[in-house]
Amino acid sequence: MKAVITVIGKDTVGIIANISSLLYKHNINILDISQTIMQDLFTMIMLVDMQNSSVGDISDGIKQIEKDMNLSIHIQNQDIFQSMHRI
Amino acid sequence: MLNPFEILETINMIDKENLDIRTITMGISLKDCADPDADKACEKVYKKITEYAKDLVTVGCNIEKQYGIPIINKRVSVTPISNLIDALDDKSEENCIKFAKTLDIAAKKIGVNFIGGYSALVHKGFTEGEKALINSIPRALAETDIVCSSVNVGTTKAGINMDAVALMGKIIKKAAELTKDNGGFACAKLVVFTNAVEDNPFMAGAFHGEGEGEAVINVGVSGPGVVKCALEKVKGEPFGVVAETIKKTAFKITRMGQLVAQEASKRLGVPFGIVDLSLAPTPAIGDSVAYILEEMGLEKCGTHGTTAALALLNDAVKKGGVMASSYVGGLSGAFIPVSEDAGMIASAKCGALTLEKLEAMTCVCSVGLDMIAVPGTASAETISAIIADESAIGMVNTKTTAVRIIPAPGKNVGDVVEFGGLLGSCPVMQVKEYSSAEFIARGGRIPAPLQALKN
Repeated sequence: MKAVITVIGKDTVGIIANISSLLYKHNINILDISQTIMQDLFTMIMLVDMQNSSVGDISDGIKQIEKDMNLSIHIQNQDIFQSMHRI
Repeated sequence: MLNPFEILETINMIDKENLDIRTITMGISLKDCADPDADKACEKVYKKITEYAKDLVTVGCNIEKQYGIPIINKRVSVTPISNLIDALDDKSEENCIKFAKTLDIAAKKIGVNFIGGYSALVHKGFTEGEKALINSIPRALAETDIVCSSVNVGTTKAGINMDAVALMGKIIKKAAELTKDNGGFACAKLVVFTNAVEDNPFMAGAFHGEGEGEAVINVGVSGPGVVKCALEKVKGEPFGVVAETIKKTAFKITRMGQLVAQEASKRLGVPFGIVDLSLAPTPAIGDSVAYILEEMGLEKCGTHGTTAALALLNDAVKKGGVMASSYVGGLSGAFIPVSEDAGMIASAKCGALTLEKLEAMTCVCSVGLDMIAVPGTASAETISAIIADESAIGMVNTKTTAVRIIPAPGKNVGDVVEFGGLLGSCPVMQVKEYSSAEFIARGGRIPAPLQALKN
């Protein structure tokens, strides 16, 4: 499955580095990244290929980064966005 | 790549606006569990439920994790148990209770939080088994934890079975009495319907209908908070804009329900039934249907204009939702359970929302007088008369209506009955002091209305 990882929080050094190294550890390929500042918040959206891993595998790692860097991170199957916003 | 605004909108709906899937309900047919011996029948019931729904909770939790969308409840509904009681040689109360306890144990074993179907459909008359089941409801609900019961007393096609209406008044009083230490909690698990639907995923009224297959997955979506937040952005705009905004929001909410329903159906190997488009509130702040009505410009839910606001909301939810799902069913509309909605509770407490206004509101929304507490001194006949009024609304308007009423023992107007959790708290509402006893004592049937003669 393809998943969307969304990171929202205060911009700081190492957000992308931390997340991409976690993904690398779990053999998850990053297909696309976009980042922007929205309402003063750093927002990064990543599309990743979860073929070799599951959400459960990385959820602990994600939680740790959320805590350490004071971010809000979501990881969701991309189908949810497709179905909600596309006819 | 997906549009970042759309992604953030979805995340915002889930994180801040309480968007969730309210329930994944697996309907299971128990028709093949009938047996003249109660113990043997119960054994079959237990085996079937625990086998069919053994993965329901795990699958629900996995979907929740993968899609990042909360699925609040996983539940099971079964064939009305009265069908199994009818097959028994000995239709004693003890035997009926055995079924309730079996459902309770089976539901706990698979980890669901409610099981519905301790039910009987008696809109035209009673069979022996149905009568036995109804008479056992107070004990069945008092002696189990998560079993829900419903009784259908009328339909547009058949009219209203007033004997059943009279009986249900007594049953509700007895159920309250048996659970008086918990504020009459048993009554919160008992719904009296008119035009009950066969594929409702919501409790306490869910049962697996006569026309349903072996097993089915039905999903109920929610999201009053999302609708309220969307309306905040169109303050002061005319009603056309309000309706359009609700429709768009309902579409998105329902699409998510459809996705989850299909995914659950695929993973469990059980056919997908329907998505129920209901807006179901919870006592959580920001998850209230009343606040949507207030957002439209009413100072308090229950004031003049509330019925019109609710009619618009209910209709727009359906129009938005119906294109988003391949199969829409269940109750599909806005729920107005008083105790489960922070805004309704507040309105009832300050006197803006009365029983009479609620009755009017039920003419234009999906269900009926839901989770209403009345003084414990209200007589069985008064409760029956309230049911009769509500049934008449359902019968004449060809819609589902329901009564889930709690005559709270020892409580009076001004008191609050606390149930906790999703069931919330109920301010006790005033009922009329004048008697309806002679009316209820007549019995018989109210004939089907002209609306029934469509052939």
